[in-house]
Amino acid sequence: MTDELPRTDGVANAGGGDPLPAARQPLLRIEGVAKTFGTFRAVDGVSLDIKAGEFFALLGPSGCGKTTLLRMLAGFEAPDEGRILLGDKDIAQALPHERPINMMFQNYALFPHLSVRDNIAFGLKRAGMARAEIATRVAEMVALVKLEGLERRKPDQLSGGQRQRVALARALARRPQLLLLDEPLAALDKKLRESTQGELMELQRRLGMTFIIVTHDQEEAMTVADRIGVMNAGRLAQVASPRELYEAPLSRWIAEFVGDINLFDGETRLRDGHRLIIGTRDAGTLVVAEPREPVGAGQFSIAIRPEKIKLSRRAPVSEAGRETTINSLDGVIADVCYLGGTTTYKVKLDSGAIVRASVANSARLDVDAYSVGQQIVAWFTPDDCLVLPS
Amino acid sequence: MRKVSRLSRFNIASLALGLAFLYLPILILVIYSFNASRLVTVWGGWSLRWYHEFFNDRAMIEAAWMSFRVAASSATIATLLGTLAAVALSRGERFRGRTLFSGMLYAPLVMPEVITGLSLLLLFVALNAERGFWTVTVAHTTLTMCFVAVVVQSRLGSLDRSLEEAAMDLGCDPVRAFLSVTLPLIAPAIIAGWMLAFTLSLDDLVIASFTTGPGSATLPIRIYSEVRLGVKPEINAICTLVIALIAAVIVIASLASKLSSSKGESAAPL
Repeated sequence: MTDELPRTDGVANAGGGDPLPAARQPLLRIEGVAKTFGTFRAVDGVSLDIKAGEFFALLGPSGCGKTTLLRMLAGFEAPDEGRILLGDKDIAQALPHERPINMMFQNYALFPHLSVRDNIAFGLKRAGMARAEIATRVAEMVALVKLEGLERRKPDQLSGGQRQRVALARALARRPQLLLLDEPLAALDKKLRESTQGELMELQRRLGMTFIIVTHDQEEAMTVADRIGVMNAGRLAQVASPRELYEAPLSRWIAEFVGDINLFDGETRLRDGHRLIIGTRDAGTLVVAEPREPVGAGQFSIAIRPEKIKLSRRAPVSEAGRETTINSLDGVIADVCYLGGTTTYKVKLDSGAIVRASVANSARLDVDAYSVGQQIVAWFTPDDCLVLPS
Repeated sequence: MRKVSRLSRFNIASLALGLAFLYLPILILVIYSFNASRLVTVWGGWSLRWYHEFFNDRAMIEAAWMSFRVAASSATIATLLGTLAAVALSRGERFRGRTLFSGMLYAPLVMPEVITGLSLLLLFVALNAERGFWTVTVAHTTLTMCFVAVVVQSRLGSLDRSLEEAAMDLGCDPVRAFLSVTLPLIAPAIIAGWMLAFTLSLDDLVIASFTTGPGSATLPIRIYSEVRLGVKPEINAICTLVIALIAAVIVIASLASKLSSSKGESAAPL
C-alpha cells in the first residue's frame, strides 16, 4: 500500500528491535478468530492481515459476522478462539479502553448531554491530556471535519451529516493506531454519502491511518477501500482488491453477491490451447478463456458481467478488426430498463433463459436503443467469461 | 406531533362527569378547610382558623415531621437500591435467576399492602427490632423500591447501549462509563423515581400502621385515629396541605421525566 510510515503518535514504530521494518509487518493480524453466540457461530475461524496505512473494507450480507468481527477488534466481544495481534501484542482479551483502537459507531453514539466540543474532548480527558493540549487537539479535529462554529451545539441540534462528522472527529481525536468504522454512512442520503466517502478517503490518506470499515454496500466498499474482505456465514470468502473481486471472484456466491452477473451451468467438452469449449444447457456451446488456475474436466458455472455483453442486430464476424472467436447468442429483447447512464436489457434466449446486458448510453440521442420484442444478438468474447466451480 | 382532536359533546360530558367524580370530594375538602365553623358540614364563612389550629397541634406537627423524615429517608434508600436493581436487570450479563429476580422485584407492585405490612411486622417481631422510625422506613423502602426500579429500568431500556460502548472505546472502564455517560442520562428518571417513592411513603397508612411503634405515628396514622373520634375541620386543613405537597411533587416528577424522555430522543438513532 503506502510506502510512508503511518503517523500515529510514535506507536507505529512498535517493536523497534524487530528485524522486520514496521511498514512490512502487518499492523493487525487476526489469527483463526471465532465467536459463538449460543449455538450460532457468528465468526467461524477468520484469519486476516491488515497493513499499516491500509483502508480495508469488510463486506457482506447482514448476519455474515462482519459486525461481530469488528466488535471483537474494538473489544466489545471477546473471541472464543484465536488471537488478535496488534503489533506484537495479543489484544484478544483486552478491554475496549485498553486498546489503541477507536470506533465510529453506526448510529454515531454521540453523548446527547455533551456539546460537540465535549464529545470530541471526551476521550482526550480520559487519556489524561493537559487542558491546553485538549483545546488545541479539539480545534484541530473540528477544523479537520469542517465543523467550525458548531462547537457549542448539542448533538440534537445538528443535522445527520454534522453528527457523522462529530462522531468521526471524536473517534480520530485520540489518534488511534486503528480506526474502526461500523456502517458509518448508512444513515446519510445518497448524495451526502458519496461526497462523504470521498472525504473519508482523503482523510485516511492525509493522516496515513489504518481504517477498517464494515459495510453491506458494495459500491461503498469498492469506492473507499484498498482491499475488500467479503464475508459469508462467518467466514472470509475472498480478500482482494475491488477490481480483482469484481473481475475474478473466487466462487459463484461472491460473483453473485458483488455486482450483477449472468450465470450458465455447463461442463467442459474440449480443451483447445488456452480455450475451453464448454457445453451449457441454456446458452449452447461457449468458448471461454482458461482461468489462471487450470481446471479439470467437470461441472462449471460460466459467469459474464452484464456490461461485458454487447448487443447488435447481426452477429459480428470479428471484433476491432481482429479475427477472434466470439460467443453469440440469439434472442429477443424481453425488457428494457433505462437507468440514466446505462440501460439494462433483458434478452430472452431461444432456450428460454434470460441474459442481462448493460449498455452505456454514450450518445444523448438514443440511435442505438432497442425495443421490446426486437430480435437481437448478444455476444461476448472468451476473455469476458469467468469459469467458476459450481 | 400530537394532533389535537375536537371533542364531541358526549366526550365532554363524560370527561366532566369523570373529573367531577374524582375531584369534587377533594375540592369540597379543600373548601371546607377554610370553614370558620366548628361543624364540618355547616358553612360558617371563610377563615384560616383550622390551619392555625393545626400549627399549634403539637402531636399533629410531630406526626407530620415523622412522616416527612420517613418519606425522605425511605425514598433515598429505595432510589439507591432500585436504581442498582434496574441497572443489574438491564445492563448486567444474563445472570442465573435473572427472571426470578425481576419477578420478585416487581412483586410488591401487586402485593396487597396488608400482606406486605403483616409480613414485615412478623419479621420485625422475629428480629426483636424496636418498632418506630427505622422499621417504618425499612418497610416503606421495600414498598417503593420496585416503583423506582420500574421507572429507571424503562429509561435504561430506551437508552442506546452503544453510548456506553462509545465511552469505553474512548478510554473509560465500565464503572467510569456508567458514571460519566449513563448516570447523567438517567438522572431525570432517578429523580422522578425518588419523588414517586417520597409521595408513596407519605401516603401510606396500612404498612405504616403495621410496622410503627408507640410514640412514632406518621401523619396518616395520626389523622386516621383522629377521624375515628369524629372529623374535626382541622383534618381538612392538614389534608389540604398534604394534597398541595403531593401535587407539587408529582408535577416536578412528571416534568423531570418529560425532560428525561426528550433528552432520550436525541440519543436514539436518526
